[in-house]
Amino acid sequence: MNQQTPIIEVANIDKFYGNFHALKDVDLTVRQGEKVVICGPSGSGKSTLIRCFNGLEWHNSGRIVIDEIEVHQNAKRIRELRQEVGMVFQQFNLFPHLTVLENLTIGPMKVRKIAQAQAEETARGYLDRVHIPEQADKYPAQLSGGQQQRVAIARSLCMEPRIMLFDEPTSALDPEMINEVLDVMVELAETGMTMVVVTHEMGFARKVADTMVFMEEGRIVEVSPPNKFFTDPDSDRCRLFLNQILEH
Amino acid sequence: MTNSIKQLKWPDYLILAIVIVFFGYIWITIEGTLNYKWRWHLIPNYIVGWHTGREEYFANLLLQGLGATFRISIYASILALILGTLLGVARCSSNLTIRMLARTYLEFLRNIPPVVVVFIFFFFLSQQLIDALNLERWARGIARQENNEIWVFFFGEMRRFPSLISGVIVLALFESAFVGEIIRAGIQSIPKGQREAARSIGMNGLQELRYIVLPQALKKVVPPLANQFITLIKDSAIISLISVQELTFKTVELVASSRMIFEAWITTAAFYFIVCFSLSRVFARLERNSQNN
Ligand SMILES: Nc1ncnc2c1ncn2[C@@H]1O[C@H](COP(=O)(O)OP(=O)(O)OP(=O)(O)O)[C@@H](O)[C@H]1O
Ligand SMILES: [Mg+2]
Repeated sequence: MNQQTPIIEVANIDKFYGNFHALKDVDLTVRQGEKVVICGPSGSGKSTLIRCFNGLEWHNSGRIVIDEIEVHQNAKRIRELRQEVGMVFQQFNLFPHLTVLENLTIGPMKVRKIAQAQAEETARGYLDRVHIPEQADKYPAQLSGGQQQRVAIARSLCMEPRIMLFDEPTSALDPEMINEVLDVMVELAETGMTMVVVTHEMGFARKVADTMVFMEEGRIVEVSPPNKFFTDPDSDRCRLFLNQILEH
Repeated sequence: MTNSIKQLKWPDYLILAIVIVFFGYIWITIEGTLNYKWRWHLIPNYIVGWHTGREEYFANLLLQGLGATFRISIYASILALILGTLLGVARCSSNLTIRMLARTYLEFLRNIPPVVVVFIFFFFLSQQLIDALNLERWARGIARQENNEIWVFFFGEMRRFPSLISGVIVLALFESAFVGEIIRAGIQSIPKGQREAARSIGMNGLQELRYIVLPQALKKVVPPLANQFITLIKDSAIISLISVQELTFKTVELVASSRMIFEAWITTAAFYFIVCFSLSRVFARLERNSQNN
């Protein structure tokens, strides 16, 4: 596949929660291997947008095509899609009743029907990649926040997705743990994974992003490469927002 | 215990005195006015009787009744747990029709007196089921067999098997609504993120329920379910109305034949109390132990 091939195509989508217009005519294209970082004020619809990519929310109009398949409210098709699109949540959402290893193997075993031995081997491989091979037999509650989030990343990777979505993966973490998670994400970016990341970690964005997206009140206000985005954005709103968060 | 006795102050003594006077008054009424003749010494005989012909002890009315109450409570809880889990899952279903049906069942049980519910379940459901399965003849067949000890151990007197099954079904249907509410609360206590995480690795609804939601929910519902089991034992008295030969029914029988009104009912009350109170202590201890781990 060529680097120019679009893997996510969002065209004119609108999303309503009751009467509330959460996404307004949103367009976005993500190419194979591209790293997109989305930022914007709270309530601007960042989570809603990326949750539409794996059918955790449904858009009301417009089209989302992922890997040449339209996101559609067909149960079987959406499950196949979700295996291709991993998601990492702000609150980790690890399964507390399962050990770390079981958290990683349950998807491959039950959904992909992979044999336990093979699933465990793959899982240990990914635990290595997120630098916590020694935690395999612990329960999530016994790990630090940073470790839990790295397990959550490994859990998604175990499904061998082609795209990874991150919804503010570091904002529930204590400051001293943020970097260990970001480091793992940078390493993942280096493998060529397609990534869409909602975050306000601008250091990470500068290092990794191919494209920056700024959202406000349900609209995409600015899409530009990072050098332009951080120095000379087209929109004043975006400039204002950047000034606010970069001050801290 | 001794510590708490030392902490008693004069208002406590006053309250205790009032309680004692009240019971003393009832006692005197029974003794004096009714001229009641207590025959406590006969009660043990109705628990464990002595068969003079066969020269052996046997379980008499009250113990038979207690045995039946145990059996019915255990079987009914198992059935109620199965029905209740289905009901609880149905209450959380994304399908409106299923949700409405489950809700209707619950409201039906909540807004009709238990006695009426018991009769309705008995005549409309369990009787039909027993006739349809021809249980009556089947049970009589077993009752006539030689080696039916195992059957008797599990189900008591086999001629009464259909009645026992009726009791189990009626009681289970009755309790399933409450078990269902407990299960629903358990399911809904699982954070939304758990379901989202399950779905985002491609699980379908059934897998999400089976591997992620139910294992966590079941752990949370064990304490309330244990309490519901105790409630069920107490509620089982109500099926004496449909002539299931459990403890309350046997007590009614004993009172009718021996006229030992007070002794019989006090003994039965003591049975229920001992069983339910000890179970609640055991469950409380188990819960404390599991929390410490
Ligand atoms: N399930 C829902 N029902 C109703 N309104 C919702 C729901 N989810 C989100 N919203 C609303 O939609 C808007 C966008 O929410 P969204 O979570 O996408 O914002 P966000 O950009 O991710 O914000 P944050 O930075 O706080 O996470 C918000 O105003 C929110 O109140
Ligand atoms: Mg959000």
